[in-house]
Amino acid sequence: MPLKMSDLSVGDSRQETLVEDLTRTQIVQYAGASGDYNPLHTDEVFATQVAGYPSVFAHGMLTMGITARLLTDWVGDGRLLRYGARFVKQVWPGDTLSARAEVTALRDTDEGPVADFKVETTNQHGDVVLAGSASARVDR
Amino acid sequence: MAVDEFPVEKGAILMFARAVGDTNPVYYDESYAQRTEVGSVIAPPTFVQSSAQFDPDYPLRPKPGQKWFGSGRTPSGLSEAPAAPASPSQSAAGNQPSDPGDASGSARSMGSSLHAEQEFTYHRPIRPGDVLSATVSAGKRWDKQGRSGRLEFAETITEYRDQDGHLVVTARGVGVRTAGPVTKGSN
Repeated sequence: MPLKMSDLSVGDSRQETLVEDLTRTQIVQYAGASGDYNPLHTDEVFATQVAGYPSVFAHGMLTMGITARLLTDWVGDGRLLRYGARFVKQVWPGDTLSARAEVTALRDTDEGPVADFKVETTNQHGDVVLAGSASARVDR
Repeated sequence: MAVDEFPVEKGAILMFARAVGDTNPVYYDESYAQRTEVGSVIAPPTFVQSSAQFDPDYPLRPKPGQKWFGSGRTPSGLSEAPAAPASPSQSAAGNQPSDPGDASGSARSMGSSLHAEQEFTYHRPIRPGDVLSATVSAGKRWDKQGRSGRLEFAETITEYRDQDGHLVVTARGVGVRTAGPVTKGSN
C-alpha cells in the first residue's frame, strides 16, 4: 500500500539487513545483468595480481541496487521521484549489508505530497559503504 | 554511455531484479503487477544501468576478436608476462578503463577510475516494451586533494527518453580518477 503523508513523521525510520555474506557469484550475476564485466568485479586474478586489490569487490551500482529495495518496499512500487547515492567505501565478498532509511522532510509540491529520505548502508563492521537520499510521492 | 536503442525486455528486468536480490513480484509477475497501482511489470530503480548492454562500444564487456584486459593465460590479456602478485600499495596501474559512472567512456587512465556517485531522477516507471535511448552530456569537473594524491571528479548527465521522445529517467553520474588502487572510494 502506498504511504500516506498523514501516517509519516520526520524521523520515522526503517532498517533491514539486505544481504548476508555477499558472494562473488552475486557480483558476477550483477555483472551479467548490468553488462558491466569489469574484471575488478569479476576476475580475482586480475583484481589481485594486476590491480593490486585484496580481492574482487562489488560494483557500487550493485550496492545501490540492493539498497533500493529498502526504499521501494517502504514507499511502494513506482513511487520514487529521485534516488541518489555516494559510494563511500568498497563492498567486498563476505560482507553483510544493512540499510537504514529515515524521513527527513515532508512537503507539499505542485505535483502533490512528497517525502524525503536519507539512506545509509553499512557493512558488518559498522562502516558506512553507501550514503544517499531519495524522494517519493506519497498520498495525502 | 550514449545508446541509440535500449529495448526494455521482461526477462532482462527479471534478471536484474534477481541480481540485486529483490524478489518483489512487480518485477516479474504480470498478473500480480496488474493488481498494483503501477498496473504492469516495471523495472527496478537502478535498471537503466543495464543500457550498457546496448552500447556497441561499451569498454567493460569482452568482445570477440579483441584483447580483453582481464585474466586468461596471463593475469591480464594486455600483457604476455605473468604478473607477480602485487601488494595493494604497488599497483600495476594502467589497465583499468574508466567506469560507466565516468561516462567519458573508454579512456584507459594511468590509475583507477571509480564510480563515486550516482543519482536518478524518475519521470515515469519503465515497463517491458519501452524502447529507450540515452544521450550523454558532460557536467561539472572538479579536483580534490586526497590522502594519496589528487582526485579528479567528472560528472556526466544521461537522459533516457522513450520512443516518443519523452524523458523517462535522468541519471547523474560522478566518476573519480585516482593515482592508484583505492580502498576508500568504491566502484
